[in-house]
Amino acid sequence: MADATPKSVLTAPLTKNNPIALQVLGICSALAVTTSMSVSLVMTLAVIFVCAFSNLFVSLIRRHIPSSIRIIVQMTIIASLVIVVDQVLKAFAYEMSKQLSVFVGLIITNCIIMGRAEGFAMQNTPKMSFIDGIGNGLGYGLVLMIVGFVRELFGSGSVFGFTVLQPVQDGGWYVPNGLLLLPPSAFFIIGLLIWVIRETHPEQVEENEFKMKHNTEPKEAV
Amino acid sequence: MAQSNDSIKKILTVAFALCIVCSVIVSTAAVALRPMQMLNEELDRKTNVLRVAGLYERGIDVEAAFAEITPRVVDMRTGEYTDEFDPETFDHFQAARDPATGRTLSGGRDIAGLSRVENFATVYLVGDDPDNPEQLIVPIRGQGLWGLMRGYMAIEGDGNTIVGITYYEHSETPGLGAEVNNPRWQAQWEGKQIFADQESLTPAIRVARGTGTGEHEVDGLSGATLTANGVTNMLHFWLSPEGFGEYLAKFRAGIDPEEAQEADVELESEGA
Repeated sequence: MADATPKSVLTAPLTKNNPIALQVLGICSALAVTTSMSVSLVMTLAVIFVCAFSNLFVSLIRRHIPSSIRIIVQMTIIASLVIVVDQVLKAFAYEMSKQLSVFVGLIITNCIIMGRAEGFAMQNTPKMSFIDGIGNGLGYGLVLMIVGFVRELFGSGSVFGFTVLQPVQDGGWYVPNGLLLLPPSAFFIIGLLIWVIRETHPEQVEENEFKMKHNTEPKEAV
Repeated sequence: MAQSNDSIKKILTVAFALCIVCSVIVSTAAVALRPMQMLNEELDRKTNVLRVAGLYERGIDVEAAFAEITPRVVDMRTGEYTDEFDPETFDHFQAARDPATGRTLSGGRDIAGLSRVENFATVYLVGDDPDNPEQLIVPIRGQGLWGLMRGYMAIEGDGNTIVGITYYEHSETPGLGAEVNNPRWQAQWEGKQIFADQESLTPAIRVARGTGTGEHEVDGLSGATLTANGVTNMLHFWLSPEGFGEYLAKFRAGIDPEEAQEADVELESEGA
């Protein structure tokens, strides 16, 4: 990325190089925390924070990190940041941290953060790395919010906890789709999202690894 | 830079320095935020006690409302109050682990999946007169589908009619098992009877499969049969003589546990 500008570093991960849709990283948490939008939002903020600062710190000391222990150094920085986020959530947003439960801790294993630390921050200046961290966090968050919106709207009939479609349990007309509350539904939504992104950005479509041959004509087989 | 990044000395220096810096940051955050976290957990638990008793409304002062409730420690083996422990500081988990205050449950008796259980418990009494409370709030816990569920059940002063149930800590599936905290499901519990008749010590209350009928059943949770079974099991455990059965029996018979405790003391002093 020789011609990278702060703006391109920030916006590229949104659609052009989205960590979930193109790199297919961080899927696990995208399945788990997207049942409601407010939870997705907090998760997004946590990931942006961790990704930006881990990139910053890794980049700051990148010339001093011995290559033999570089992964463990990155891991230590990421893990420390995640623990701080977890503690802050427990102190200031207790209800939310109860809902996110184990998934805050699992940010440590989110491939996006590790991938950006190893793939970008190790070679770039602290400023660019920080912006790259925010950009990737936003790209992750964008997908999370879209998936969260669909799942919450059709799974519980609400948006950010406000009822939009009155569900039948509460005397309304809308029958919530239970599948959307289960993790597999996020697979469908992310799959459809990747389809849409690849339709608008055809350069993302990979070459087929194998050419599909036409079926053998029946008379040739005989 | 005098030395290469890959010399042993440099590796050790970087690793050591990084560990020191990170551990300072992490421990500072943990120590500085601990008091606020404890406050939050305590507030959440108290909110749940109020909620189960139907005293909670959005925006009320939880501490002030909670001050109206009298906590007492009950000896579950006899069903009488004890002054051995301070109800404010009594820790259920600690008590269950300590051989002096807890016991191990074996096989068939351990229906709630607890393995160890305490002999004492903090109950909360609602009403102006703690000797003749309007409601008793008892702690319940047991295995759900994914893990331990902890909550409260509020029972009317007759020791038989349920006021409400709530869980303040559980890890059930959102949208399925986690519907135990759906207000509409919880509302069904109100007015249900725990025991089938006056003499019975075995709880009859259960979560039905499908629609609950009669005064001892509430509707099942669709898609969450195992969570619902967990709820039934923990109620059968905690409301039986293994749990609060003896204590509730006193209310059902119209004997106040306070008087029973005093009567015991008198007997002892006469004996001496």
